Amino acid sequence: MAVLVLAEHSNVALNDVTAKTVAAAKAFGGDVDVLVAGHNAGAAAQAAAKLSGVRKVLHAEGEAFSHALAEAVEALVVPLMSGYDAFFAPATATGKNVAPRVAAKLDVMQVSEITKVIDASTFERPIYAGNAIMTVKSSDAKKVITVRGTAFQAVDASGSASIETIAAPAGPFKSAFVSEEISKSDRPELASAKRVVSGGRALASAEQFNQYILPLADKLGAGVGASRAAVDAGYAPNDYQVGQTGKVVAPELYVAIGISGAIQHLAGMKDSKIIVAINKDEEAPIFQIADYALVGDLFKIVPELTSKL
Amino acid sequence: MKVLVPVKRVIDYNVRPRVKADQSGIDLANVKMAMNPFDEISVEEAVRMKEKGLATEIVIVSIGPAQAQETIRIGLAMGGDRGILVQTDATVEPLAVAKILKAIVDAEQPGLVIAGKQAIDDDSNATGQMLAALLDWPQATFASAVSKDGDTLKVTREVDGGLQTLALQTPAVVTTDLRLNEPRFASLPNIMKAKKKPIDTKSPADYGVDITPRLSVVKVTEPKKREAGEKVADVDALIAKLKSVGAI
Repeated sequence: MAVLVLAEHSNVALNDVTAKTVAAAKAFGGDVDVLVAGHNAGAAAQAAAKLSGVRKVLHAEGEAFSHALAEAVEALVVPLMSGYDAFFAPATATGKNVAPRVAAKLDVMQVSEITKVIDASTFERPIYAGNAIMTVKSSDAKKVITVRGTAFQAVDASGSASIETIAAPAGPFKSAFVSEEISKSDRPELASAKRVVSGGRALASAEQFNQYILPLADKLGAGVGASRAAVDAGYAPNDYQVGQTGKVVAPELYVAIGISGAIQHLAGMKDSKIIVAINKDEEAPIFQIADYALVGDLFKIVPELTSKL
Repeated sequence: MKVLVPVKRVIDYNVRPRVKADQSGIDLANVKMAMNPFDEISVEEAVRMKEKGLATEIVIVSIGPAQAQETIRIGLAMGGDRGILVQTDATVEPLAVAKILKAIVDAEQPGLVIAGKQAIDDDSNATGQMLAALLDWPQATFASAVSKDGDTLKVTREVDGGLQTLALQTPAVVTTDLRLNEPRFASLPNIMKAKKKPIDTKSPADYGVDITPRLSVVKVTEPKKREAGEKVADVDALIAKLKSVGAI
């Protein structure tokens, strides 16, 4: 058996979720190869070659890969799949964009966002935003899988796989990159941060969100998240959103500030190792899952916590 | 330009789904159902395109049981022109949905398909991308802004860490994310009017699509419950606790 893993990377660096997807692929079994499709992505390919348990890295270079255009990645991956039994992609914006295209071209029903590999055809995945866990068995000859990174322990970087350069499909493709606005921040990326500080609607304005949440996050070296209510109210940008319709995180420490704990939010953070909740409403549902509950006025508590840490 | 909008009937997002005691699935008996929220955003976007003169006709499609007709009617009340119900009581996986939609696209020749990024029941996030692949059309998933310039569609997408804008040749598939728009409520007069709008009823066999599932459900279980922890009196007590467990 052999598995092709799609690497998530920024061309210059490999995203940590790749090592977690490799871990899922190893649990599936067989040889694991990693595909780095990028533009000037030599550094990412070298990092992928160091992932423990990887047989080889396939490195494809192309302008269309610099922004991982779905049509281009599909054209690259589908022909490669004649040599593989499974395609594993991280369930990131990129992986979710590309994997179903590959699945449809192979006439395979994708198993989305798996959290556990039971055997080579059986997987666990959350449905209804994590309100239920479904175990499914795939009857397709080849498997196409997306992997929820937070559910797998990253493989270490002690390997030394070979790197093979492969040809990239020429195009032209029917979509083209125009522009991007990526928020520049020195803070850890939300999805992979070891600590996360999240703010909710109780922050009451974007100014107060920034004034109270950000200094605490920086003191803790944490990524910043928000509830959907805070995002909808415009207090925080959408890519901060933690929950069913946003990002799923499972850091070592999750600090929920002024978040009541709607089902949709809990779905995105309840697998965190330690949850701290700060809320003035003693009855807030967030307290039912928090390890440490502090009832009180966040506008007093948060600055005090920030200064004492 | 004709716009096709697929919509799915799912458990209302305010209702907490209950796992059946025999672990065979989620209990749908006597549960409030509604249009998948992302599909409402899709219908809204199509209606706005029509109001701007960018779309000429909106066809609302649903694949599911007879009651999915109600979901189509909501789309028609929001501003859709006509509906197609592909009626089946069987489980239809995203791959089979994409195949049926492809057959409908072949017959209807829309310039654009706007679909929700995922249905909030099975959370697969696959149908739109699969349809685009089967049609060999370009796609823009997780859209937060859509504009049209001649035959080119400019779509801003929600990606990890920010926004990305793509230019797509039409025909194309767009999947919608939360911030694209705020769906309107259908007014009573429009709900009445929608009752007169035509809905064609078809079956998967009419489109020659085999909908046999590829995935079999072994079991559906409750997630692991998390126990409530302890109350701490103040900031100092919180810091002491976090230090004692090595969290800080």
